[in-house]
Amino acid sequence: MQQIVNGISLGSIYALIALGYTMVYGIIKLINFAHGDIYMIGAYIGYAAITFAHLGFFPAMVISMIACGLLGVITEKVAYKPLRNASRIAVLITAIGVSLLMEYVMMFFVSPDVRSYPAVLNNKVFHIGNVIVNTQQIYIIVTAIVLMVVLQFIVHKTKVGKAMRAVSIDKDAAELMGIKVDQTISYTFAIGSAMAGAAGVLVGLYYNSIDPLMGIMPGLKAFVAAVFGGIGIIPGAMLGGLSIGVIETMVSGYGSSLFKDAVVFAILILILILKPAGILGKNTREKV
Amino acid sequence: MKKFMRVALVFTLVLSMALAGCGGDANNGSAESDTIKIGLNYELSGGVATYGQSSVDGIKLAIEEINAAGGVLGKQVELVEVDNKSDAAEVVSVATKLMSQDGVVAVIGPATSGNFKAEEPIATQYGIPVLSGSATADDVTVGKDGVKDYVFRLCFSDSFQGTAMATYAKDKLAATKAVIVKDSSSDYAAGLAENFRATFEKNGGEIVAEEAYAQNDKDFNAILTKIKKESYDVIFLPGYYQEAGLIIKQARDLGITAPVLGADGFDSPKLTDLAGTAALNDVYYSNHYSSLDEDPAVTAFIEAFKAKFDRDPDAFNALGYDCGKFIVDAITRAGEANPEKIKEALAATEDFAGVTGSFSMDENHNPVKSIVVIKLTDGVQSSSEKVGL
Repeated sequence: MQQIVNGISLGSIYALIALGYTMVYGIIKLINFAHGDIYMIGAYIGYAAITFAHLGFFPAMVISMIACGLLGVITEKVAYKPLRNASRIAVLITAIGVSLLMEYVMMFFVSPDVRSYPAVLNNKVFHIGNVIVNTQQIYIIVTAIVLMVVLQFIVHKTKVGKAMRAVSIDKDAAELMGIKVDQTISYTFAIGSAMAGAAGVLVGLYYNSIDPLMGIMPGLKAFVAAVFGGIGIIPGAMLGGLSIGVIETMVSGYGSSLFKDAVVFAILILILILKPAGILGKNTREKV
Repeated sequence: MKKFMRVALVFTLVLSMALAGCGGDANNGSAESDTIKIGLNYELSGGVATYGQSSVDGIKLAIEEINAAGGVLGKQVELVEVDNKSDAAEVVSVATKLMSQDGVVAVIGPATSGNFKAEEPIATQYGIPVLSGSATADDVTVGKDGVKDYVFRLCFSDSFQGTAMATYAKDKLAATKAVIVKDSSSDYAAGLAENFRATFEKNGGEIVAEEAYAQNDKDFNAILTKIKKESYDVIFLPGYYQEAGLIIKQARDLGITAPVLGADGFDSPKLTDLAGTAALNDVYYSNHYSSLDEDPAVTAFIEAFKAKFDRDPDAFNALGYDCGKFIVDAITRAGEANPEKIKEALAATEDFAGVTGSFSMDENHNPVKSIVVIKLTDGVQSSSEKVGL
């Protein structure tokens, strides 16, 4: 039971990052490898907001989300938009390049050292039966749920969301219907990146340790999570993220922690072989 | 034309290599000069730059004191400092330069085991003794063909730390059952874990579980929840501060209160940042030196260091300081600044008293010295104890 709690807190983080992958993929069929690094930059922005501006947890997270949203839009405009009509492999390679650029530019500015997050939440420990839950875990899970509900609302109940869904189904037709495709893509990047920024701050607080390469592994695992749930499908990203988190924890808890990464990537291979569309994937699937 | 260029390039390379090799006979020239030159081959930039810089600060303090007191054998000591960029290939190139061109009688450094090992063939080739203050890997001074003649170190080895911590757990903490959580990505942690297990079991203890993690992991809740169910007295945590800090924090959050034991990889202010002061209770680790030591030699060193650098010395500073004093002591005992005689004097060391403890050299060029076990309470060193062999 304790392991489930551990797994869900880890999985919530993966889910938040996976949302960005899945939204961007849904709309322009691009696997944005720089997404994990936006999450890393989000963690640093939160760090700066807490350390230098002495802000609390929520203001820091909001600032980080806004900044990451902007960064996501800028990345899209500078790196991906000029390649909108290029081959998909060219865009993919650009994404890897952007990812490395972000990692090493950050390393230049903040040094490769590990930094510890300032403690802004007083960490209380709750005993529920023989399960131990601490404040940070509750914050992570609650924040993740709230953000996902907000995202569902945006996608299904607002005009922007409608535009996103339209662009994802057929870009050209959407354009003919008077939808501003470029603007809609920007919104998608902004929302996805903001989710990653929130995840960055949450991770910083939870693990108390950030470094410029922290985005690589969670980024890849979130990608696995997105594929697991069915890439392009928002509820799939949530389900995938939580499943990967719980599976990883179970492997460490009942097997050996050295195998956990191997198991996660083995799942990716299995999914791609057995059900390439993911668990929630259907033939006539509704995308973002 | 292109072909010609390539041939010319190869020719030049071969020629330059041959020339570099020829320089070997030009050393030992320091006998006529009025200073005694000692080389410093340290990591002044690159990945482990803080180790190198800290060691050099300590060495400089020691040599300054020696020169102020009149030097050695009537001559002043001159340090020739080179940067090996934390890179084994660069270690070889700068060591060759020191030994063949600069005419040093001994070289101190590099700080890490891997880099120090890279220097060994050059030292043997030129017959110059080399000394490291912090290369703790077991095979640094002893190779397949027995002891390496020109290689010395001033710190204990990794296996000794594992052994000492197992003894400490048994004798001082009355532990009979232990859990090992080790870093699976480093030889350092593997060596420590192995020796801890061997000694602990030999003393009648039992290792109830052994868990491993990989470098750069951040979430240890799963393995900690797993070991929480076991019954044990202590947790042995061989690894570096980056993961150890997070493990201690997460363990304490999960309500694991057992004492945590570690080794010199814990020695960093980052440990406190990562774990938080509240989690760092009942944490013990072995180290080369403690600033809490009340030995007059240690307090004098701490004062002198603070006066020069305006901060508290760490273990690398102390080891560097001892390296400087130790080399000069060996030159004094050798009676002349001759590398061969210095080597013999280093090997024959008996009861050298340094700030990291007094020691004699054993037949494997390892110092026989006591280890310091530091206890952390609320994140600060609350006591330190010397543990002998």
